[in-house]
Amino acid sequence: MARAVTTRRKIFVTAAAWGVALLIFFPVLWMILTSFKTETSAVASPPQLFSADWTLENYAEVWGRSDYPRFFWNSVVISIGSTLLGLAIAIPAAWSMAFVPGRKTKDLLMWMLSTKMMPAVGVLIPMYLLFQRLGIFDTKTGLVLALMLMNLPIIVWMLYTYFKEIPGEILEAARMDGATLWNEIVYVLTPMALPGIASTMLLNIILAWNEAFWTITLTTTKAAPLSAFIASFSAPQGLFYAKLSAASTMAIAPILILGWFSQKQLVRGLTFGAVK
Amino acid sequence: MKMTYRALLGASVAACLSGAAMAETTITVATVNNGDMVRMQGLMDDFYAKHPDIKVEWVTLEENVLRQNVTADISTNGGQYDVITIGTYEVPIWGKQGWLESLNDLPADYDVDDLLPAIRGGLTVDGNLYASPFYGESSFVNYRKDLAEKAGVTIPDAPTWDDIKKAAAAMTDKDAGIYGICLRGKAGWGENMAFLTTMANSYGARWFDENWQPQFDQPEWKAVMTDYVELLTQYGPPGASNNGYNENLTLSLQGKCAMRMDATVSAGSLTDPAQSEFADKVGFALAPDAGLGKRANWLWAWSLAVPSSSDAKDAAKTFINWATNKDYIALVASKEGWRNAPPGTRTSLYANAEYAALPFAKMTIDSINAADPTNPTVKPVPYVGVQFVAIPEFAGLATTVGEIFSAALAGQKTVDEALAEAQAAAVDEMTAAGYIK
Repeated sequence: MARAVTTRRKIFVTAAAWGVALLIFFPVLWMILTSFKTETSAVASPPQLFSADWTLENYAEVWGRSDYPRFFWNSVVISIGSTLLGLAIAIPAAWSMAFVPGRKTKDLLMWMLSTKMMPAVGVLIPMYLLFQRLGIFDTKTGLVLALMLMNLPIIVWMLYTYFKEIPGEILEAARMDGATLWNEIVYVLTPMALPGIASTMLLNIILAWNEAFWTITLTTTKAAPLSAFIASFSAPQGLFYAKLSAASTMAIAPILILGWFSQKQLVRGLTFGAVK
Repeated sequence: MKMTYRALLGASVAACLSGAAMAETTITVATVNNGDMVRMQGLMDDFYAKHPDIKVEWVTLEENVLRQNVTADISTNGGQYDVITIGTYEVPIWGKQGWLESLNDLPADYDVDDLLPAIRGGLTVDGNLYASPFYGESSFVNYRKDLAEKAGVTIPDAPTWDDIKKAAAAMTDKDAGIYGICLRGKAGWGENMAFLTTMANSYGARWFDENWQPQFDQPEWKAVMTDYVELLTQYGPPGASNNGYNENLTLSLQGKCAMRMDATVSAGSLTDPAQSEFADKVGFALAPDAGLGKRANWLWAWSLAVPSSSDAKDAAKTFINWATNKDYIALVASKEGWRNAPPGTRTSLYANAEYAALPFAKMTIDSINAADPTNPTVKPVPYVGVQFVAIPEFAGLATTVGEIFSAALAGQKTVDEALAEAQAAAVDEMTAAGYIK
């Protein structure tokens, strides 16, 4: 009897998981399907799920009209660059907050997080002016800085949470053995927090890859990443859905593949310390 | 040996001089993603052949993002863009603020007098042409001639609102999935409010009186909203409050809209057999009037302008002259046929016999000529603009009012409630902006 209940429950839970997964994935699936339809099929009413006219023309046209490799390369440099720079700043910051907290550490953490609550457009003009005056408008360096600053609170918070899980005694023992601060962070703390650091890194790359406000606002032609590539195929009247879908699919494919291969690491990192 | 050095020196000097002569100017052109603009990007070989010293880099963005980026750039004197694509709404506002370079000095072959007077009027401020139209449009009625015939109704070339109401009632056959009329219902200053503002113009209503007092509490607006809601709830498609330009175009291409009032540019799609099986059954008529001397049609043009912050103004003007010249229209026609020539900007296009033979050509030019952005309403107003009011506050205010009216169409509030809310919102906005005390 107990076994029957367990099986039934298992089926239910599995079905529910599949249902939720499909629900979340459906818009992406719809976009991918639309990218292979003709423009007429793409806007057909009622929607055509499988009876559409299939074509690869959208991909050919999107590829022909835009310099995809340049946009792609910019995305790679900006997302990885901002992540590495962010980690270089956040690891020592999170270390100090986790292991040698001051009286105001908690307040500082909350303040850092609060900067994420402000709508980005609120600082559009100051950022625009700063970037122009510093000569970093439409440069990859500028975007690396902007995205690093934007995601830094999240990186620090995530790392802080992971570091808190590591017993301070281990670091103390290392210090007893004569390890310097540098050795302590590089040889003891970092290897132990590697799953956390890896998932923080992956999440940050995804966030930077998908960022669309600053990357479109602070670029024109040279440093524009894939978000600008998608935007160039978007029209408010809803024209060219199929081409827009093809461009979007081409833009998200690399990050989707990265996410697919690293999902184990990502899930492990994100649930690190969640269950004690 | 000496000779060799001399030859080398000479060659170097020659190379430097030719390099200087061929110094390339790069201009950045910010544009929107629509068929005509994409076509232009495909025809750039012609420009490069004529102007090898100018390199064009494109930034294509969605209309609202483009507006935001260009505004940020011009207001901070950034100089990131040398040519920008802007609509008829922005030109008078930005021109007045000194954000745009005057195009009065374009060369003679540009032939400024060939521009359609209504379009030119909308792009001129204090005698300065601030933008050159790339394509222009108005709005008109498209209908299925076969359904009109079947229902026994005639839609005149210049109908009244009564004609439209009668035709919508006669052609509606909801059981067969045929809706008498499709009008924009989706909220937005460029969606339902573009249509409703033109309808209001023809009914004798206006956004503001001469002293900028909002007028939604006047009987003319009540008549507009009552008829609009009635037309769409009785004869319109289901979910009309969610339908914008694209949704109604799709319904028309599928033959489900017996009649539709929208942009003249959609005529190309509607009469294209590759896009619609009803292509040979489409008829066109002017937007209706209510006997007050104003028709319910708008006027819009996507135009190219040079921001005053550009550091390559001459090259930018050279590009604009190429892209909006008569020769460019001829180039498109020679490569892709007259149907695809950018419409609504030049008198000469409509004088061309081949273009005039297209089924929508005459109605398009008549519609454009029937719109007057400097005198858009029956009663006097302090603003210019047909389907918009050319003040910076309009886009935000009209979007709010558009949401209220869309809710009224969806049945979430009555016409009276919607008008009262719109009036309150407009009074608030205009007071805050300092137009009224």
